[in-house]
Amino acid sequence: MLNKTAGMKEVTDKHPELSEMFNRDEARVDWHDETLWWVRQKRDKSAHSIPEWEQLRETASQIKNNVLSNLADYLSDFEKQALKNGIKVHWASDAQEHNHIVHAILQQNGITQMVKSKSMLTEECHLNEYLEKQGLDVIDSDLGERIVQLAKEPPSHIVLPCIHKKKEEIGDLFHIHLGVPAGTSDPQILTETARQHLRETFLTRRAALTGVNFAIAETGEFVVCTNEGNADMGAHLADVHIASMGLEKIIPQRKHLGVFLRLLTRSATGQPITTYSSHFKKPREGQEMHIVIVDNGRTIQMGREDFRASLKCIRCAACMNTCPVYRRSGGHSYHTAIAGPIGSILAPNLDMKKYADLPFASTLCGSCSNVCPVKIDIHQQLYKWRQVIVKEGYADTSKKLGMQLMTFTLSSPAIFKTAGKAGRWVLKHIPFAVNNKFNPWFKQRDMPEPPAESFGEWYKKNVKKNN
Amino acid sequence: MSRDAILAALKRNQPEISPLPADLSFETAGDADLVSKFKAMAEGIGSTVFLVSTAEEIKIKIAAEFAAATRVVTNVASLVSPEIAAFVWNADPHTYENVDVAVFQPRLGVAENSALWITEDRMGVRALPFITQHIVMVVDIASLVPDMHTAYQVIGEADYGFATFIAGPSKTADIEQSLVLGAHGPRSMTIFLCAFNEESPAFH
Repeated sequence: MLNKTAGMKEVTDKHPELSEMFNRDEARVDWHDETLWWVRQKRDKSAHSIPEWEQLRETASQIKNNVLSNLADYLSDFEKQALKNGIKVHWASDAQEHNHIVHAILQQNGITQMVKSKSMLTEECHLNEYLEKQGLDVIDSDLGERIVQLAKEPPSHIVLPCIHKKKEEIGDLFHIHLGVPAGTSDPQILTETARQHLRETFLTRRAALTGVNFAIAETGEFVVCTNEGNADMGAHLADVHIASMGLEKIIPQRKHLGVFLRLLTRSATGQPITTYSSHFKKPREGQEMHIVIVDNGRTIQMGREDFRASLKCIRCAACMNTCPVYRRSGGHSYHTAIAGPIGSILAPNLDMKKYADLPFASTLCGSCSNVCPVKIDIHQQLYKWRQVIVKEGYADTSKKLGMQLMTFTLSSPAIFKTAGKAGRWVLKHIPFAVNNKFNPWFKQRDMPEPPAESFGEWYKKNVKKNN
Repeated sequence: MSRDAILAALKRNQPEISPLPADLSFETAGDADLVSKFKAMAEGIGSTVFLVSTAEEIKIKIAAEFAAATRVVTNVASLVSPEIAAFVWNADPHTYENVDVAVFQPRLGVAENSALWITEDRMGVRALPFITQHIVMVVDIASLVPDMHTAYQVIGEADYGFATFIAGPSKTADIEQSLVLGAHGPRSMTIFLCAFNEESPAFH
């Protein structure tokens, strides 16, 4: 099987080009936009039903600030407790080391097939691609992830992996791979088909990999949240359970879960809680349980004062659902494992050149920061990344030229007035000069009717009249 | 070694210590009727809820609701009957693959989201609450708490190998956001709310 992330390596296009591709189908963009906005509205309804919501966000933010300030000790505590509980703990500096550790565990147990529940970290590490190159077979068990895996695509959203797909397209995939009759598109039938197919997978795999939502320093246990029950089906039936976690997933004490579990799904989809919030503390009798703690750039991000708060993220995706750019450009346009506003402040830390476009894929409207359950200043970090990227010389040429021209125009009132006049004249007399494909602003938009006069001109006239 | 390098890098880069919030008490909407709240939340996420007063009622309801079931198991001793078999432990979790209905008694229920806290000792095997086609929960009304904070106060420092909150049947909305019950775990959840628990005389 080809890996779903295989294509990503080849991508040289940046966010503007990739969004343009997504925007070719206007009806689909509208549908995508409305679907995610509907999820955002469910979040609002749910949040507003909790009078102490803002207090919860503030508390979660403070707990996470404490975690960042004491992470080394918390990780040591967690390791100590987990070892005491009989869990094997591994540390990986980067994606490659993480993948090697997982591979070695499977090899030691003579396992060639693994079932995996949702883990954005393994997307970040391109684990599937790596294991498949070693001749191992990995099946993603979250329905949305299985769908994009069959389509050989990466997930386009961290909570709703195939939100960009229509049910008819999913029906086609299931027709080809799982044998449903051609033309099937009923979600009930498609889900039942996946249930049967994946049940067989769960029953036959000896190794299961899960992500980690929260890891408790105090007790050495970790919590995995799913609605489908796929993480539990995999883990409890397998001889070997591997849990991969980014090192920022730590929270200090078990009681802090009360705060985070109340916020997580209400922020994500508006549900009061996921169907399953499973607390794994010790391996079951006869089972091996492993935790791989992964750095992969996180300690560097910790050292960036302006950006370290991005490590507070609990991966609810509220910032994506609310983002006017994400909703209209789709997750794949971000060409990174974690799309949207939060992904755009995480990715440049990993590779500033490759992801230099992402902090610019935002209107800086601030909606992301307003819905963030742990109060990350996302839009301010996007703004700060722009400055770092321009300073480091990674901004693209047209952006630099535009900025230089803007600086020139704004530096003198006379030039500003002339430029405004010229713009209005062009829009009025030769609209085709801007209504063309060379003007990026014209794409998927109509240019506005030019006003008869500028505010400056209007003000001058009216002040004169009134005097 | 990566471990030491990672911890050293964190020590170098992490900010000045920022204190944990002093207390986790929240202004809540108040102690409304926990039973009504719990029932409304559970029904809202697709569970079926019955208020019952005797173990006999539960047995009759289970027999009626799951008439077609061939393998029904429980580890609630007083519910064992000709229709409901006592749970028998098997080291291989795959042997529970054909369970139609499994009946459990969770340790507590949370009114704000209808989540039920169940520890490994009350599951029989970890896989059972997930692999069964339908799940039945017998909930002691006295074990209901208003919210997750209170739930963790009750859980305290309890030791367990595995424990989970379960809220409703397994579900997915991955296909065009259409909600479908019965993703990989149980297709349905039935909850019996009762004013007693296993230890009380009503069950004997």
